[in-house]
Amino acid sequence: MSAPVLQVRNLCVHYETDAGPVKAAENVTFDLARSERMGLVGESGSGKSTTVLALLRMVTPPGRIRGGQVLLDGADLMALSPEQMRRMRGSAISLIPQAAMNSLNPVMRVRDHFYDTILAHDRTMSRAQLAAHTGELVEAVGLRPNVLRMYPHELSGGMKQRVCIAMGICLRPKVIIADEPTSALDVVVQRQVMETLGRIQRQLEASIILVGHDMGLMAQFVDKIGIMYAGRLVELGPVTEVFGLPLHPYTRLLINTLPSLDAKAVFKGIPGQTPSLLNAPAGCAFHERCPDAVGDCWKAQHVLTEVLPGRWVACPCHAGAAA
Amino acid sequence: MSSRYIVRRVLLFLLVIWVGTSLIFFLPRLAPDRDPVAQRLGNLAATGGINTEGLDEMVEAYRAKFGLDQPLWKQYLNYMFDMLRFDFNYSIAMYPATVFEIVMRAVPWTVGLLLVSTLLAFAIGSLVGALLGWPRTPRVMHWVATPFLMMSSVPYYILGLVMMYVFAFKFKWLPLGGGSQYGTVPTLTWQYVWDVVHHAILPAASMVVAGVGFWALSMRGMMVTTLGEDYVMLAEARGLSPRRIFFRYAMRNAILPQTTGLALSAGTILSGSLLVEVIFRYPGMGSVLYRAITGFDYFMIYGVVFFVILAVGAATLLLDLIYPLLDPRIRYSRK
Repeated sequence: MSAPVLQVRNLCVHYETDAGPVKAAENVTFDLARSERMGLVGESGSGKSTTVLALLRMVTPPGRIRGGQVLLDGADLMALSPEQMRRMRGSAISLIPQAAMNSLNPVMRVRDHFYDTILAHDRTMSRAQLAAHTGELVEAVGLRPNVLRMYPHELSGGMKQRVCIAMGICLRPKVIIADEPTSALDVVVQRQVMETLGRIQRQLEASIILVGHDMGLMAQFVDKIGIMYAGRLVELGPVTEVFGLPLHPYTRLLINTLPSLDAKAVFKGIPGQTPSLLNAPAGCAFHERCPDAVGDCWKAQHVLTEVLPGRWVACPCHAGAAA
Repeated sequence: MSSRYIVRRVLLFLLVIWVGTSLIFFLPRLAPDRDPVAQRLGNLAATGGINTEGLDEMVEAYRAKFGLDQPLWKQYLNYMFDMLRFDFNYSIAMYPATVFEIVMRAVPWTVGLLLVSTLLAFAIGSLVGALLGWPRTPRVMHWVATPFLMMSSVPYYILGLVMMYVFAFKFKWLPLGGGSQYGTVPTLTWQYVWDVVHHAILPAASMVVAGVGFWALSMRGMMVTTLGEDYVMLAEARGLSPRRIFFRYAMRNAILPQTTGLALSAGTILSGSLLVEVIFRYPGMGSVLYRAITGFDYFMIYGVVFFVILAVGAATLLLDLIYPLLDPRIRYSRK
């Protein structure tokens, strides 16, 4: 494998509140290889969206990036000036949003959204080049060129999401962040959109981070999966291996919650609640819900460690078992 | 914009004018047992102005002369027909000038003053409000804007009096009142134009200063809501410049409800400006109406009120026609 395109090291994002900092992301560390598809899953509030917003340096107050490095092709994004960071957004690292329904400016034609994005980074393009490029983009995501003349309210949800995908790739970014791109769509459209996204990603050879909580979708789409719990990555590894042999008890329970077609049973959940990120308990955040918790778990944080080649887990009990 | 939409708006405008003018016709007639001729002559007779002999015949004769002996529907038709021709009869106080002539002389003054000051207040207020809602705005802006916000709670006319006292009376920088130098004849020379502008500064400023805070406050609220929209967040993620996001994404959308507010307050703005005119003895509709009311010049009052209805209706119509150009969603909203 070539050098990773994106290296995230000890990324910490806190939301400052009157009651103290809420640690929405703590020591998040991972690598993303060129043209790799990585999934980031976790419950609501586990810090996945905060993490990807931090990659774009778009955490807004009271949230603050408290530390860590994000290296994109070796350059530290955290060290850039606001203007340099603006130039990175959309061109080197782009976002495909969760709420495509409202992600387009209602008073602008679809075409002008593309022109805005491109011209924000490249002022040299002529009108004709812009039109040609934009035409190719909408075709690439399977839309007819007449959508360019339309206003956002004239498009369906799936069409808007495709427009957002086309806009996310219009400057050939190295990293695409897709933040639950299909959560607002029905399953049929969801499949079409994911196929489009996958095809585009292969063509561009871009890397992609797919955020979501749909384990089934992840299993089909990504190469590598990261599981987040209470602001921390608890497991990271190739998706087939993680599904085949989950090392962290939380991952195991999460996979077990997937309903199967053969056995009609009650939906299984994970008992208990996500801990508050404010005054988080000492020790492993999962120990209160963990069926395998041992004496030490409430005392010390477990650090994400590589227990097998390419397999990282923040739990000591299964590290030994796997080896 | 579909032609259906335009036709609907124009019909609505005509409906408003029709209902408004009918209201001025029927309102005085709703008072029970009122016979203006008998009352007037009775009063005169009581004060010894005329002989009581043959009073009934006299009442009848005057009724016939004013057309009051005709059935109500015929009176109404006559009235509407007169209104259509802008025939409001002669002014009682300024005979032999007709109401229409006097109103026509006053209209340009009011329209000029009102249009300029309202649009200025709206533009400045919306920009200030947008900046107040924008997190990147320097804090100093809040200090600059606060006095304007305070002055928005002061009525136009009080503010006008204060400004007149300070700038015209104390410092004598600007004229005390009037529309132009007394005795000048309107001509298209720079000197005359400057004279008019010079006279308009104080009344316009009092309306602008009082209006800016109002528009700024509502715009600020709208701006905060718009900044929370997903398309603003995605615009940032797409790498657009803050300047572009401010104007094309945030302010462009926040201004939409603001425009509705402008249409809704057209009447309030107009009535407020009438008082400003009275204070500054500005030769517009406000002064005409004021003189008509104090002089019991009924025909004049009818005429001015008709034109006020017309003006508010026209302003609303204009904004209705502009709105679809601002918001594409309006164009197709009706099936």
